[in-house]
Amino acid sequence: MNFMGYRRKNGSVGTRNHVLVFPTVICASSVAEMISRAVPGTVSVTHPHGCGHLGEEKAHIIRAMAGFCRHPNVAGVLLVGLGCELITPELIAGEIAGAGQKIEVLSIQAEGGTTAAVAKGRALAAGLMEEAAMAKSEPADISELIIGTNCGGSDTLSGLTANPAVGVAADMLIAGGGTVFLSETPELIGAENVLCRRAADDGVAGRIREITAATEALAKKAGVDIRTSEPSPGNIEGGLTTLEEKSLGAVLKGGTSTVRQVVAYAERPEEKGLVIMDSPAHDAVCNTGMIAGGAQVIVFTTGRGTPLGAPIAPVIKVSSNSGIYERMKENIDINAGEILDGKEKIQSVGERIFREIIEVVSGRLTKAEILGHREFAIHSLGLNV
Amino acid sequence: MLMALVLHENDNVATALRPLNSGDGVGVEAAGNVIKIPLRQPIPFGHKFALRDIKAGERIIKYGETIGQATAGIKQGEHVHVHNVEGLRGRGDRP
Repeated sequence: MNFMGYRRKNGSVGTRNHVLVFPTVICASSVAEMISRAVPGTVSVTHPHGCGHLGEEKAHIIRAMAGFCRHPNVAGVLLVGLGCELITPELIAGEIAGAGQKIEVLSIQAEGGTTAAVAKGRALAAGLMEEAAMAKSEPADISELIIGTNCGGSDTLSGLTANPAVGVAADMLIAGGGTVFLSETPELIGAENVLCRRAADDGVAGRIREITAATEALAKKAGVDIRTSEPSPGNIEGGLTTLEEKSLGAVLKGGTSTVRQVVAYAERPEEKGLVIMDSPAHDAVCNTGMIAGGAQVIVFTTGRGTPLGAPIAPVIKVSSNSGIYERMKENIDINAGEILDGKEKIQSVGERIFREIIEVVSGRLTKAEILGHREFAIHSLGLNV
Repeated sequence: MLMALVLHENDNVATALRPLNSGDGVGVEAAGNVIKIPLRQPIPFGHKFALRDIKAGERIIKYGETIGQATAGIKQGEHVHVHNVEGLRGRGDRP
């Protein structure tokens, strides 16, 4: 089965054709935003990183930034730095060279301040837009797709309707040769048995237990019951009692396929099929990690309702109940609550989600894109000075 | 339309699919048989109630897996939530 995508020079296929204005350090965030505002059609992000990272943290942040900038949904990228930072535009440009994006770099100190940097950046970004406009979409096989799955603002219905329906769509994509990310490591805690039974080999099963144990150790280090944070207050109000209960519902969105690989945050998988990404459950952090790892679309289930989007990839929102769909229809693309209303089955909603994914990766805008939602956050290991 | 759902034959809780009132006799399908559970408390939409009496310290089972442990005795038809169930994982508050 085919979709319509943008084939990049390295062979990867984008589902969007963005020009990204990316600050490699927080000090360049406002200039990046000003440039993006001055050149309609470009997107920019802000983040607190780029300086002060120690050891493993530096590699972790660079992997996420580079993964985002070399993403096939990005036609061209303008990297903006200050001039004295740890992670420079030139460093990221070196990391992403060869992926097929047209790359420009800009330094605020070298240009002599905000006004001059914005003026130069505006010209560079306009040039990238001209080039991006030449790209044409073409048919590509769905085996070239990576879907990221996420759930936020869950209730107990998420595990009964939206998550299993997304699981049906995940199984369909994997049957077609594609790849699906299951993520949010805290929400694998308590569901290890379910996942390890489906692990490709003992190595993968061992990695699953390793990443959940590491996350569980964070609660031990903090000296608190993880329930002070997971499930969230809204989850608990929605009827979720413990993290284990939330997890057992959450993993259903990965479907029923064999777990082929466990990758680090923002790491690109080598295997196709179902892949687990070790990531915090924080919605925007998790989406950003999966996109940096190559996801060209995110399918996001919600029971309590969320407007969340992402800067360079479409986010398809699926509600677990009809009440929240009616209240937040402008934010939610598909209602799986009809399963509870007895109007539809999990299988038929799952097939509908799959068809929606194919439409969206072929260019149809999601509600989060239409409303301008571009939430972005990179996970930090906390090794900063 | 179903009023409550049991996900696995080993489960000792059901999930309310609509707001349920105290005194309601709720029919749930468990292991192929429909049993009627008289509710002792109102159960909010999406929340759980006990399918049978559960002793303090006993595991709470949903999806056929352990989701936590009862911190107090729970009677059939009682609300099962954070006031009478604790998680067993991520307990940094415990030695």
